[in-house]
Amino acid sequence: MFYREAGQFKASYQADSRIFPIRQDQIGFVALMAFLFLVVPFIANQYWLQAVLIPVLIFGLAALGLNILTGYAGQLSLGSAAFMAVGAFGTYNFMLRIDGMPFLVAILLGGLCAAAVGILFGLPSLRIKGFYLAVATLAAQFFIVWVLVKFGWFSNYSSSGVITAQRVNILGIDFRSPEMKYLLTLTVVTVLALLAKNMVRSSTGRKWMAVRDMDVAAEVIGIRLMRTKLQAFAISSFYCGVAGALYAYMYLGTVEPEGFNLDLSFKILFMIIIGGVGSIMGSFIGAAFIVLLPVLLNVAFHGSIGAFVPADLASNMELIIFGSLIIFFLIVEPHGLARLWQLAKEKLRLWPFPH
Amino acid sequence: MTFFLEVLIGGLLSGVLYALVALGFVLIFKASGVFNFAQGAMVFFAALTFVGFTEVLPGWTGLAQGTAGNFWLAFILALSSMIVLGIATERVVLRPLVNQPPITLFMVTIGLTFFIEGVAQGIWGSHVRGLNLGIEDVPVMFLLDNFDMIISQFDLIAAGIALVLFVTLALLFQYTKVGRALRAVADDHQAALSVGIPLKHIWAIVWSVAGFVALIAGLIWGARNGVQFALTFTALKALPVLILGGFTSVPGAIIGGLIIGASEKLAEVYLGPFVGGGIEGWFPYILAMLFLLVRPEGLFGEKHIDRV
Repeated sequence: MFYREAGQFKASYQADSRIFPIRQDQIGFVALMAFLFLVVPFIANQYWLQAVLIPVLIFGLAALGLNILTGYAGQLSLGSAAFMAVGAFGTYNFMLRIDGMPFLVAILLGGLCAAAVGILFGLPSLRIKGFYLAVATLAAQFFIVWVLVKFGWFSNYSSSGVITAQRVNILGIDFRSPEMKYLLTLTVVTVLALLAKNMVRSSTGRKWMAVRDMDVAAEVIGIRLMRTKLQAFAISSFYCGVAGALYAYMYLGTVEPEGFNLDLSFKILFMIIIGGVGSIMGSFIGAAFIVLLPVLLNVAFHGSIGAFVPADLASNMELIIFGSLIIFFLIVEPHGLARLWQLAKEKLRLWPFPH
Repeated sequence: MTFFLEVLIGGLLSGVLYALVALGFVLIFKASGVFNFAQGAMVFFAALTFVGFTEVLPGWTGLAQGTAGNFWLAFILALSSMIVLGIATERVVLRPLVNQPPITLFMVTIGLTFFIEGVAQGIWGSHVRGLNLGIEDVPVMFLLDNFDMIISQFDLIAAGIALVLFVTLALLFQYTKVGRALRAVADDHQAALSVGIPLKHIWAIVWSVAGFVALIAGLIWGARNGVQFALTFTALKALPVLILGGFTSVPGAIIGGLIIGASEKLAEVYLGPFVGGGIEGWFPYILAMLFLLVRPEGLFGEKHIDRV
């Protein structure tokens, strides 16, 4: 009754190709953005901003990057954390070595570094498919982390490759408080997410999806495989790289190469599987789920039940519950949480008069 | 030259151990098309269960720790646990996910990895344990005296055990009814179903056999490096072996293991010093990746013909 498109006519091509064609969605999106930009910084406390909202946004961006590659272009990758590392260390070096480098430009350049590395490690995808490719991307994961640890130049010769993020100053505004960091992260993530949404709606995204569904067929209808696949690798790595830079500058402050390990790659893969493969919003829902789940488990085990359970048993219980939940979600909803949202919208169109 | 041979043989022997872990992957991938990332966790679970039983059994049965009776009893109990784990996995996890895309099945095994790790440490505790199989890690005297080579006796015997296992499995696959059924399922699920092979039983059997392989691998790796969480990383050692040998080929796993083991050690010794060492972590992957550029299905993988 409240959520339906009846009576909303599209009179121009422009209206037809909007991101949110239904008025209710437009209102909802604007309201959400207003809430995130204008309300959240004032009502959220430091803990929420630092430990929940900022990581959700950053991981959501990384998951979005992986989703472009895996969900849209169909190339399974287990090396996303390594591309994040390239972005983080690239940004660090641009900030460090060039005087007066603006932060946003440095992030952009860091992302481009990641994109270049992504193209390099995407080359095997022209020859290898499926799980063989997934294992080959592990080469990127291990090799890049090793390079960053071994060659001190990347971390300005600090011990064990730890880098400390420089202070971020844009147009004289200092981004040190959690609120400012949150706003900057939110801005970058929103811009990139809208960009991604438009990419997957346009011919670029349709080419990716054609390659995903069947690359030989895509080639037959005139899609250049090499270009499309490498483009997906480059853009995906760019997103991961920017996420990595934000991870270092807005979230942790100090990072080491070992922090971008295989666990992080898997975590990002979990996000897109649980959130929804091939869905922009799913990336963020998945990120929220994966970030919040350990927090909730932690609270549960160290709060109410914690008194009765020894610490190492509690951490094992967390592992067990985390694993079970992933299995449970995959069995119950293999298309991810984004699919639930879609179903809810379908239901809402008819509610409250289903017949 | 002696040194080269020493490194080469040492590498080949450790390659056999990589192959042992890779074998578990291949068995499951062949029969059910599941890329089972939990194999490493299974190795860890098996070794930990075995050691756990050898510790608690003396209290129950009165057998002294370290006796043969205690060893075999613990072995049988650990094996039973692996079989129960295999059957439970098939029932609870895989059966509801039949016909899902491979990536979903792969992800579910990562979930399973967390679950198994949690259960194993929850039951037996998470401290590092030693595991003594009664084989000493000393150089073989004969080789040391005559050829001046240091080859560990333990590695040699472990490789021997692994080879016996490979041969047994090969015979089992080739000459028994279950083996024929397994091969049929591996060839074509639907065709196997249509001639009356119970797919579900076969999957349970395959997961149990993989559990058995994991137990053997866990015992050998555990005796070598101690039974600890790091055993789960054996899976990462096995992955390049897999892509080199092909996901669906048992001989491929063995030969891939030998190639990776040998080249990894040789690279570490001869190439490592030029780039600062520590290249064991990624070298096998780069090697396997370069190899894939020439043969995209691995050495013995099935040739895949794309049709539109």
